[in-house]
Amino acid sequence: MEEALVTGLAYAGAGLACTGMGGAAIGVGHVVGNYLSGALRNPSAAAGQTATMFIGIAFAEALGIFSFLVALLLMFAV
Amino acid sequence: MASEAQAEGTGLVFHPMDQFIVKPLFGDGPIHWYTPTNVTLWMFLAIVVITLTLVVGTRGRAVVPSRSQSVAELAYGFVYRMVEDVAGKDGLRYFPYIMTLFMFIVCSNFLGLLPMSFTTTSHIAVTGVMAAAVFLGVTVLGFALHGVSFLKLFWIGAAPLALRPVLAVIEIISYFVRPVSHSIRLAGNMMAGHAVIKVFATFAAVAVISPLSILAITAIYALETLVSFIQAYVFAILTCVYLRDALHPHH
Amino acid sequence: MANQTDSHGAAEAAGMPQLEFSTFPNQIFWLAVALVIIYMILSRIALPRVASVLAERRGVITGDIAAAEDLRRKAEDAEAAYNRALADARAEAARIVAEAKAEIQADLDAAMETADAEIAAKVAESEKAIAGIRASAFGNVETIARSVAAEIVEAMDATSDERVIRDAVSARMGGLGG
Repeated sequence: MEEALVTGLAYAGAGLACTGMGGAAIGVGHVVGNYLSGALRNPSAAAGQTATMFIGIAFAEALGIFSFLVALLLMFAV
Repeated sequence: MASEAQAEGTGLVFHPMDQFIVKPLFGDGPIHWYTPTNVTLWMFLAIVVITLTLVVGTRGRAVVPSRSQSVAELAYGFVYRMVEDVAGKDGLRYFPYIMTLFMFIVCSNFLGLLPMSFTTTSHIAVTGVMAAAVFLGVTVLGFALHGVSFLKLFWIGAAPLALRPVLAVIEIISYFVRPVSHSIRLAGNMMAGHAVIKVFATFAAVAVISPLSILAITAIYALETLVSFIQAYVFAILTCVYLRDALHPHH
Repeated sequence: MANQTDSHGAAEAAGMPQLEFSTFPNQIFWLAVALVIIYMILSRIALPRVASVLAERRGVITGDIAAAEDLRRKAEDAEAAYNRALADARAEAARIVAEAKAEIQADLDAAMETADAEIAAKVAESEKAIAGIRASAFGNVETIARSVAAEIVEAMDATSDERVIRDAVSARMGGLGG
């Protein structure tokens, strides 16, 4: 009984952890959207900042990956 | 596995993580450090692909490039420009290392997209070693080039004096989190995408939703193709960023 | 929990193959081998080759641009030479035309001159003839007048000296005979 409870709670925790990926999605969308609006205002400066955009995406995405990792750990490793 | 037990009631059997199991190539014995495993196989396939694109493709050394030679030149120019733009001119000395990492990751990612294949870069052990190598290399390089003044990287001169210790703590933490995020980003992206494809593939067993699931697999596969390249790019560009910090800590 | 439901749970530390630490030495070893091989292939063969090809292409392109520039200059020179030849030919033609014109003019002038001289000679001759005719006419008139005067005097029956008559006639005709 207690085992089942722990299992259930772990899965609930995994599901909750997955909401973090939504935050990462918002973050990535924010980065790219702002890049695009800036790029449309000043297209000549856009090409030089593509790398910076990808770095920003990577940082925003890493946190989403962390939450995904937490979910996986809860499901498989706890 | 937990998922297997869970799925018994519904009739569907989920094995999303089975594709990442390391197995010996020959026989079924224990895995020693020297045992040839599927890791070995797919890493060597990556080497073969790299050799085909960069060595066999350029064997003509033509001034007007053939199609395969253009691919090699494109890859070379892409990484070369990236190193030059991000790490600066003096970062070009380390271009072969970054090219090695980039080509290995990009080839492994794409090979992992083949059905029935094994994605070496989805393993924390693999990406962790690469990220740790980058982290250690960059740190040692920073101290070798600048000595103790490399620590000024954490002491931000532009900030008000009162804030500097706080910022230094944050900077040091973020510096040591670098290899963690560097490795987990790549492995997590690869693992997540492949696991999602596998989950959708399992749903294809149900006749009613199989068209939807096959559509979803196609869509995720396209996304994964993009992600495979972008993650290799991000890994390489972050390596360049860390390298720049080591070469010019006083920015 | 994963281990409890797993049939060989003790052997596998976790449900995630990524966290199965017993495979780590194997993966790390083969990764190191693979990376070293790739680094060797890239730094010994691939990268120098691609770099040399790119450098060669840059050299060829620079050379081609220089050659094209050279050819362009040659073409410009040729055009200039052509234009100069054309101008020379035009000048030559103009000179020949002027020469011919001058020659013709000279011939014409000479012919005109001789013609003028002939005409003048003829005119002079004619004038001399006319003057002779006129002189002889005057002479005749005087003779006639003298003889008429003598006759008239004789008819009026007055003897007169021949000399007087001649003088008188000459005096009267002074204005005419000249």
